[in-house]
Amino acid sequence: MAKVHAGVGCSHVPAIGVAMDSGITGQDYWKPVFAGFEKSREWMKENKPDVIFLVYNDHCTAFSAEVIPTFALGCAAEFQPADEGWGPRPVPVVKGHPRLASHIAQSVILDEFDLTIMNKMEVDHGLTVPLSVMFGEVEDEWPCQVIPLAVNVVQYPPPTGNRCYNLGKAVRRAIDSYDEDINVMIFGTGGMSHQLQAERAGLINPEFDKRFLDLLTEDPVAGSQITHLEYMREAGSEGIEMVMWYVMRGALNDDVEEIHRHYHVPASNTAVGHIILENR
Amino acid sequence: MSDPKEYEDIPGTFVFDADRSRQGYHLNMFCISLRLQESRDAFKADPEAYLATYPMSEEQAQAVRDRAWNRMLELGGNIYYTAKLAANDGITFQELAALMTHMGSEDYRKMMFEGGRSIEGNRSKSEWEDK
Repeated sequence: MAKVHAGVGCSHVPAIGVAMDSGITGQDYWKPVFAGFEKSREWMKENKPDVIFLVYNDHCTAFSAEVIPTFALGCAAEFQPADEGWGPRPVPVVKGHPRLASHIAQSVILDEFDLTIMNKMEVDHGLTVPLSVMFGEVEDEWPCQVIPLAVNVVQYPPPTGNRCYNLGKAVRRAIDSYDEDINVMIFGTGGMSHQLQAERAGLINPEFDKRFLDLLTEDPVAGSQITHLEYMREAGSEGIEMVMWYVMRGALNDDVEEIHRHYHVPASNTAVGHIILENR
Repeated sequence: MSDPKEYEDIPGTFVFDADRSRQGYHLNMFCISLRLQESRDAFKADPEAYLATYPMSEEQAQAVRDRAWNRMLELGGNIYYTAKLAANDGITFQELAALMTHMGSEDYRKMMFEGGRSIEGNRSKSEWEDK
């Protein structure tokens, strides 16, 4: 049967992808950002997943204002990196796992989570940047298959933290009942505190971010109750995307071990956060 | 249920809710069209003619002409969309943020490098009254 052993939380700041794609990760500005992922890349080699279930948000790339699904599950065989206005990132095509994806869709919909099914979808930096930081530079292909779950966090309201947490639990039940011996890793991406818009742009709140990470590991039930108002007020209007980490957390055991944590300010306009959790 | 628009108390912020999304639909569709080179070419060749293909309000169209970034957000624009207009103009996300905060790019970059804008004094509109 399929197994979930670990989860990864990770920012998906576009400038991090640009830094990797343009080969400037050794610059003083970027060094401390990437130093915190060195251990993670070693860990990824030791714990190589067959499939990553990757929770992220689309930035008005695959979805414009015309269609705004709250949860959209990528069931296609492959996903092309999108042109976000300055050419697609020079990274490999993302290979999906249609059989597991459709199993998850069927299972969670019967579990009363009404997902949108995507049989064709381009993926933007929200999905490819976390893969890049965790795997490092790759040549012709990504080391594993990926099932994308795109969550609306652009138009208010996104799903609640509680809803994300419970969806994660349903995803776990689906994976646990899949009849192939594969290792599935869960990624929750986005954040940490940041505000990109209007006069309060540039907001960073390290105290909030630390508390978020502490609760994620130790008391996810309490953390999943953080309100939208608190996210937006304390972590910035775009910081609300941290709800997506709760899908990852819900898919893990209640009891987890924190293997690694990394936090750095800034990357462009954003606090970078990263955590690795293993099931106990 | 608590006041559904309590978030309007957050200073210097336009929460992109369903009302703003409805109001800003054509403005945002205009902005996102600039993701594609052929649209950027058409906009560059004749800005007014290209703008006119999107039935946004005159106020919104004027905000686009003026590159009034905060005004666009106030009228229903969303930052991930307006950032495409900025990119079309050769403005990076961080430069756009600096423009919206009325800080110079250097000062904004320095603020971010030193840890960003503090949450203290920036939680509620009541804290901004003297600004």
